[in-house]
Amino acid sequence: MPDASSPKTQIESPKTQLESPRTHLESPKAPLEFKSASLTIPALRFFSNDLAVIEATLRGKIAQATEFFRDSPVMMDLQLLNEQHQSVDVEALVGLLRALGMVPVGLRGGSDAQNRAALTLGIFRHSAPSGAPSEIKIPGAEPSPELLDKSALAAEKSQENRVVTQPVRSGQRVYASGDLTVTATVSAGAEIMAEGNIHVYGSLRGRALAGVQGDINSRIFCMDLQAELISIAGIYKLRDDIPGDVQHKPAHISLDNELIIIRGL
Amino acid sequence: MARIIVVTSGKGGVGKTTSSAAISMGLALRGHKTVVIDFDVGLRNLDLIMGCERRVVYDLVNVINGEATLNQALIKDKRCSELFILPASQTRDKDALSIEGVGKILEDLAKDFEYIVCDSPAGIERGATMAMYFADDAIVVTNPEVSSVRDSDRMLGILASKSRRAETAEEPIREYLLLTRYNPERVEQGEMLSVEDVQEILSLQLLGVVPESKAILNASNSGTPVILDTDSDAGQAYSDIVARYLGEDKPQRFIVKEKQGLFKKLFGGK
Repeated sequence: MPDASSPKTQIESPKTQLESPRTHLESPKAPLEFKSASLTIPALRFFSNDLAVIEATLRGKIAQATEFFRDSPVMMDLQLLNEQHQSVDVEALVGLLRALGMVPVGLRGGSDAQNRAALTLGIFRHSAPSGAPSEIKIPGAEPSPELLDKSALAAEKSQENRVVTQPVRSGQRVYASGDLTVTATVSAGAEIMAEGNIHVYGSLRGRALAGVQGDINSRIFCMDLQAELISIAGIYKLRDDIPGDVQHKPAHISLDNELIIIRGL
Repeated sequence: MARIIVVTSGKGGVGKTTSSAAISMGLALRGHKTVVIDFDVGLRNLDLIMGCERRVVYDLVNVINGEATLNQALIKDKRCSELFILPASQTRDKDALSIEGVGKILEDLAKDFEYIVCDSPAGIERGATMAMYFADDAIVVTNPEVSSVRDSDRMLGILASKSRRAETAEEPIREYLLLTRYNPERVEQGEMLSVEDVQEILSLQLLGVVPESKAILNASNSGTPVILDTDSDAGQAYSDIVARYLGEDKPQRFIVKEKQGLFKKLFGGK
């Protein structure tokens, strides 16, 4: 039996946050599109395989915040148990969580048998092994598994940088799944979009949207800023909101704390 | 091999038909066998500007539908034997045009003619896209004002993405800027965009500037392409434009305000 004072279950980062891109840019023809979305959900790390103890502890937690746990999606983390060779019946565990009003949506750190059992219950296996609790962030430490996961996803999507050498005319739209470089003018009424950075080696008179999938670190560089609209990760500025002293000049546009920052180059 | 030239703009009333008439006449006067086609089905105008409205029997749509042969529909110009006109239908609409039909006609015309000038209707819809789809060269007619410039820019985007050359990834359409209704005096007073302004926005090779001129209205009303009015500024401008299109090196004219000389003051000029 574990020490009674230590919690039987630990709930990490109890916030559910949906990171959806702020601007919705529909693709010109398709009726649907796949977009990557990242979702922070609580992971339940189990230190005991005793279902009765787990239930009692969870009931205690739920009693403190009934509304919070109702229909709350959770990720079941069995890594510690498996490291200690404590097996747990996944089916029973899922049943227990569901009975308590939670919605188990994923399993990580499980054995092959546990993963299979979870899959038959409609619960997906999280591919990455569970690492250190995410609330402990050590600068320079190994990237968190979530981050690795994201970059793996990005690599799968095969980011494609694009170079456009012809003027982008009014009414045209250019999209790059990576960085976008335009070596000519972007006319008023044109729209250039990139999941990464945007570089315009000409006059930028149309709309430029960088980081359209939500990358807040993407930037826009241009040789002559006359844009109708600039946007990074869905946060935008219209022509009227762009200070006159940075217009008609080379500019470097970035995002700082949800604010568009425009600097001279 | 015939060269297909589309005269287009996006915006209406900027001088597409006037330019089509003048340029096709200019090419023909230089001995090139030329046909000019009116693509403005339903709003036929080219026949009036060319002064052949009373000789229209069959039209473009008749030929597409197989109701007439090309030779029946082509009208030979009375002033220049190298020039032919293929009028649009006035009783139909643009849906009568099909890629296959237009393609077939152009293919047939290409066997006999050196230059095929397509007079595009305004807008970016069917008529305009049909007129530009098969083009080798595009003359984009623009007035020195912001809405015309933006519409031209839009049309250039369509030329670069929806034409046959774009779709088959051939060498892109050669695009030229033709600035019409230019008034250097008003440019000087800041009431009109300058050549430089327009060129900067459109980043396009300037084929020529046609000044705002009384000669244009006179020419239209009399059904004579303005290029035949060799004394007029507009007529000379179009002659220069045709020469430049054919590769001659002609300095740009009509861009700056003409200084009134003593001679002109005394004799009034034109």
